[in-house]
Amino acid sequence: MLSVFVSVVRRDLLLAWRRRSDVLTALGFFLLVTSLFPLGVGPEPDQLSRIAAGVMWVAALLATLLSVQRLFESDEADGTLEQMLLSVEPLAVIVLAKVCAYWLLTGLPLVVIAPLIALQFNLSPDETLIVCATLLIGTPTLSLLGAVGASLTLGLRGGGALIALLVLPLYVPLLIFGAGAVDAWRAGLGVQSHLALLGACLLVAFAVCPLASAAALRIAQD
Amino acid sequence: MNWESAGQFWAMGGYGFFVWSSYAVTAALVAAELVAVSRRMRRARALAARDLALERMDASKRGRA
Amino acid sequence: MSDSPLSAARVPSAGFSLFHYASPQTFFPLAGKLLWPCWIAALLLTVAGLYTAFFVAPTDATQGDSYRIIFIHVPAAWMSMVIYMAMAFWCAVGLVFNTRLSFMMSSALAPTGALWAFIALWTGALWGKPTWGTYWVWDARLTSELILFFLYCGYMALQAAIDDPRRADRAGALIAIVGAINVPIIYFSVKWWNTLHQGSSVSMTQSPTMATTMLTGMLLMALAAWAYTIGVALVRVRAIMIERERHTDWVRQLSQAGSNGDMNA
Repeated sequence: MLSVFVSVVRRDLLLAWRRRSDVLTALGFFLLVTSLFPLGVGPEPDQLSRIAAGVMWVAALLATLLSVQRLFESDEADGTLEQMLLSVEPLAVIVLAKVCAYWLLTGLPLVVIAPLIALQFNLSPDETLIVCATLLIGTPTLSLLGAVGASLTLGLRGGGALIALLVLPLYVPLLIFGAGAVDAWRAGLGVQSHLALLGACLLVAFAVCPLASAAALRIAQD
Repeated sequence: MNWESAGQFWAMGGYGFFVWSSYAVTAALVAAELVAVSRRMRRARALAARDLALERMDASKRGRA
Repeated sequence: MSDSPLSAARVPSAGFSLFHYASPQTFFPLAGKLLWPCWIAALLLTVAGLYTAFFVAPTDATQGDSYRIIFIHVPAAWMSMVIYMAMAFWCAVGLVFNTRLSFMMSSALAPTGALWAFIALWTGALWGKPTWGTYWVWDARLTSELILFFLYCGYMALQAAIDDPRRADRAGALIAIVGAINVPIIYFSVKWWNTLHQGSSVSMTQSPTMATTMLTGMLLMALAAWAYTIGVALVRVRAIMIERERHTDWVRQLSQAGSNGDMNA
């Protein structure tokens, strides 16, 4: 089971390495959207630092949404998905491996680049650390929930708008806990509760989403 | 009894617009849903009846041939 | 559309009397018989509820007569939540027991649930203007209701996007169940966010001056909404049954009876 997990992760990373531009799209989107906000709301440093966490979180949601819908697309096109469904290994483990690879390729870069955007938005070092921590715990959950949406809408017309409608309401708690951490810290409250709630969301998603996504793939390919 | 005249009833103590537009929109939406659902039922029945008629026509043609 | 994978539901199982009505051809006439009682109950309860709401319940000391909106707002909000849970329940039943009627029931409930959620939002806004001075406040209840409305829209859009009814049923069931797991989390997160940002908000129902007649009116309106919802869902589920199964024998017999003038069969 572990070996199939590792081999799927390695395969997806290798495939992504051969098509590097796909990986950079989500990251470029994240950078671009966050850079648009100062142009839209004005460059006052105080205002920017107040909205920074929320803007970065919303941009992370949208960047995930944009890229996650193609999670199973190439596998479906070249027949790999059928092999996965027929495999003796549990499908949920394969899905989890795919989500892991996906997060390494799109979630982790967002966390790494977040300090740069925090700089643009005039956040203090402490606040930058908090935003990065929430993104580090939160983005895997975004990927896991996104995988459920991707497998439900696999091969459907209007997939992009549909996955947004399905998944964005489910992202609401993450957005609230993630973006709220910086506000809580500024108000003099601790951030532990926010991080703990994000961690709890991650655990629940980790337990439920691979199974739900595997079930959805079986439904889609029946 | 809360109201001394019809005018007072419709005015709702100055909140007539809010109260009556709430009730009116609810009534309109419920009525619209009832119309939509009964049309859907009628269309389903018509579709089933048409399919049955087509099948019978097919069967009678085949019977003659 | 082949029926073969679904044939389990068609076997008359004497042991389970509950499952007797799990097949469309036995449920269809039962639903037809239940319709009129539902309509009559809805009508009587609405009349009684409106009478209580406008003529029996006194004017509120603090809110004046604008509070009379809650006689729709609260039942609508209740219904929208209850219907989502009922949908998720039927979806779970369908996935576990493989009964196609459960999925039909769930998709018959969704539009009515979305309607109640919309009514709750609309009346909430109209109640908010005189109370808070603005049509929309990011109040915990209103915000959760808005997200619930989006969840209904997602379920219906997903079902509409899939042509194969079997796949549509199952995919819809999955998202309904995932959504139902999320509804409490969403509610508590929004509530928590709300208290963090603006302190406690004015509640619509927990006013200390709530007279018993107000509660009676709200209860009557809620029961009327229940009766209406059951009635309209039964009509819709009957329509869905005919649409999906029009090439099966029982619908053929139904159409024959219909052409002879017996519409209630």
